[in-house]
Amino acid sequence: MTAVVDRPAPPSPPTLAPKPRGPVWRRRAFLGFCYLVLVPGAILFVAPFAWLVSASFQHVGDIFSWPPQWIPKNPTLDGYKGFFGIGKAGELAEGSEGAWRWFLNSAFVAGSVTTLQLFFNSLAAYTFAKRRFPGRNIIFMVFLATMMVPPQVTLIPNYLVLKHVPFFGGNDIMGQGGHGWLDSYYGLILPGAVSAFGIFLLRQYMLAIPDELLDAARIDGAGEFKVFWKVVLPLCGPALAATAIFTFTYAWEDFLWPLIVVSSSDHYTAPLGLALFVVKNRTSWNLLMAGSVVATLPMVVMFLIFQRRFIQGISMTGLKG
Amino acid sequence: MSGRGRGARRGVLRVMWRERSAYGFLAPGLILFSIFTVFALLFAFYLTFREWNILEPEKPFVGLQNYQDMVQDEDFRRSIINTAYFTGASVPLGMALGLAVALLLNQPIRGRGLLRTLYFLPNITPFVVAAIIWKWLYNGDYGLFNFYLLKTHLITQPLVWLSDKNLAMPAVVLMSVWASVGFSMVVYLAALQAIPNDLYEAARIDGAGAWARLRYVTLPMLAPSTLFLMVMGIIGSFQVFTQIYIMTSGGPLNRTTTMVYYIYEAAFKFYEMGYASTLAYALFLLLLVFTALQLRLYRRADL
Repeated sequence: MTAVVDRPAPPSPPTLAPKPRGPVWRRRAFLGFCYLVLVPGAILFVAPFAWLVSASFQHVGDIFSWPPQWIPKNPTLDGYKGFFGIGKAGELAEGSEGAWRWFLNSAFVAGSVTTLQLFFNSLAAYTFAKRRFPGRNIIFMVFLATMMVPPQVTLIPNYLVLKHVPFFGGNDIMGQGGHGWLDSYYGLILPGAVSAFGIFLLRQYMLAIPDELLDAARIDGAGEFKVFWKVVLPLCGPALAATAIFTFTYAWEDFLWPLIVVSSSDHYTAPLGLALFVVKNRTSWNLLMAGSVVATLPMVVMFLIFQRRFIQGISMTGLKG
Repeated sequence: MSGRGRGARRGVLRVMWRERSAYGFLAPGLILFSIFTVFALLFAFYLTFREWNILEPEKPFVGLQNYQDMVQDEDFRRSIINTAYFTGASVPLGMALGLAVALLLNQPIRGRGLLRTLYFLPNITPFVVAAIIWKWLYNGDYGLFNFYLLKTHLITQPLVWLSDKNLAMPAVVLMSVWASVGFSMVVYLAALQAIPNDLYEAARIDGAGAWARLRYVTLPMLAPSTLFLMVMGIIGSFQVFTQIYIMTSGGPLNRTTTMVYYIYEAAFKFYEMGYASTLAYALFLLLLVFTALQLRLYRRADL
C-alpha cells in the first residue's frame, strides 16, 4: 500500500532498479527509447509553464504576436510593474488595485490555517492516540465518518453560519442586519483551522510512539501538556512537516471557499484576485501572466526546498489530484 | 436504577474528572469541528426541506419539494453526465500516463531527478494559474494550440476550443490530465521502488521475458496504488470546479457544467440555498461508495 504513513522506523535501504541483463546493445537501445519518450514528453509538459514565464516579460502587443515569441524580443518588466501598480505602468492597470495585498492575504491566511491546524490537529491527535477517557471512541468515529463528506456539502451552511455571527460585520445580537464574518479573515481562516483528515494522519503516526516514554516523563513530574509539547511533538517532526506542507499548499491554492466568502478586493487571496482579474480586465494579459508567475513562485520554491518530503507525503495524503 | 448502575456511572464521572485534561486538549478542535462540520451537516440537511432564498425574508417549509425538483431537473441530470464524462476521461488517462512515465523513470537513466521534477511541475502550479495558462493556450485567435496545429496542417481552420460544444469538455479534460499526471507518477514510482528484486529474479529464472515480468510481476504489485489513485481520482474529479469556473463558466450550452459548478450556481447565483443543499447531498450520496472505500484504504494503511 502506498498510503503508508511515514513513521519513526529505521529507513529501509532503497531498492534499486533491476540489474541490467541481456545483451548490451539491447539494454542501450531500451534506454535510448526511454529518453526518446521522456525528454519530448517533459518538454511538452513544461511548455505551458515556459510560455507563462516568457509572456510575463513581454509587452502586451508581443503576447498577441503571430508566430508566438518563446524568447521575448523586447523583454520588459511592465507586466509586473503594472500588476503591482509600480510607477507609470501601474496607473494603467485596471482591476489590479492593491494586487500586492492579495499575496499578503494569501500568505497570512495560508500561514494562519497551517499554524492553527498544526496545533489543534496534533493536540487532538495526541489525545486520541495516547489518552484513555470515556467517549474517546465515539468522538473519534464521528471525526472519521465526516471524512467521507465532500466539502461542498458544508459550504452552504457554513456560509450562512458566518453570515449570522452576532456582533460582527454590522450584525446585532441575533446575527441579523450585517454580513457577519463573511468577507473577513475570520471567515477565510476559521472553518479551515482544524481538519479531521489531519488529525487522523497524525494519530496514526503517534500510535507508534511507545507509551513507556510518556510514562517516564509523567513519573518525572511532567504535566499532561508538557508530555505532549516536550515529548510527543518533537518525535513527530516528519509527520508535522508533511502535513504542514500540504496544508499550506492547499490553503494557498484554495479557490472555491474564498470565492464564496470574500467580496471586497481588500480580502482577495491571490488565486481569487487572479481569477476575477480575468473577468474584469480582458486585455491586460501581460499583467495577468506576471501575477500568475508570482502566485506560482512560492509553490515552486517550497517544492524545491522540501522536494523529498513532498514526494514522501504525497502518497500518504493525496490532498491534491 | 440499580445500585450497581449508579456506581458504574459515578465511576465513569470520576474517570472523566481525572482525565479532564484530555477533554481540554480536544476542546479547541472539537468546538470548531462541531460548528463547521457536524452542525453544518445537520443544518444542510435541514435546508433541503426548505425553500431558503437569501434575498427573501420567508423561508417556507416545502417538504420533499426540493427532492422532487431535483429528480426532474434536466440541467442537473446534464451536470451529472458531464461530471461522469469528465471523470471517465481524465482519471484513466492521468493514471495511464502517470504509470507510463513512472515505468520509464524507474530505469537507470541519467537526469531522473530533473525529469521527475519537470513532470511534477504542473501538479504544484496553483490550479487557478494552470487554468489561466490553458485558457490562453486554447484561445481561438492567438492560442498556441491553433498556431501549431495550423502550422503542421493538422487543421485548416482555427478551432474555438472552449466555445465549441464538442471540444470544450475534451479541452478541459486535457488540461486536467496535464495537471494530474505528476501525482500518479509519484505514487507509482514509490510503489515501483518498493517491489522486491527477488520477484524479478524468480520470474527470470522461470524464463519470463521483459513483457511477462511487467504483466505478471509489476502490474499486480501495483494494484494497491492503482486502486488508491482511482478512488482519489474519482473523488477529486467529481468535485471539479476551478477549471470550469475559469475556462468555460459551464458553457457552451451547459456542456461543461459539472455538479459542483451547478451547485455553486444554484447557491450563489440564484441564492437557492435549500435546493443547492439538496444537490450537494446528492453529490455526497453519489460519492459515498468511493469515500467509504477511501476511508478503508486509509484505515488499512494504519498498520
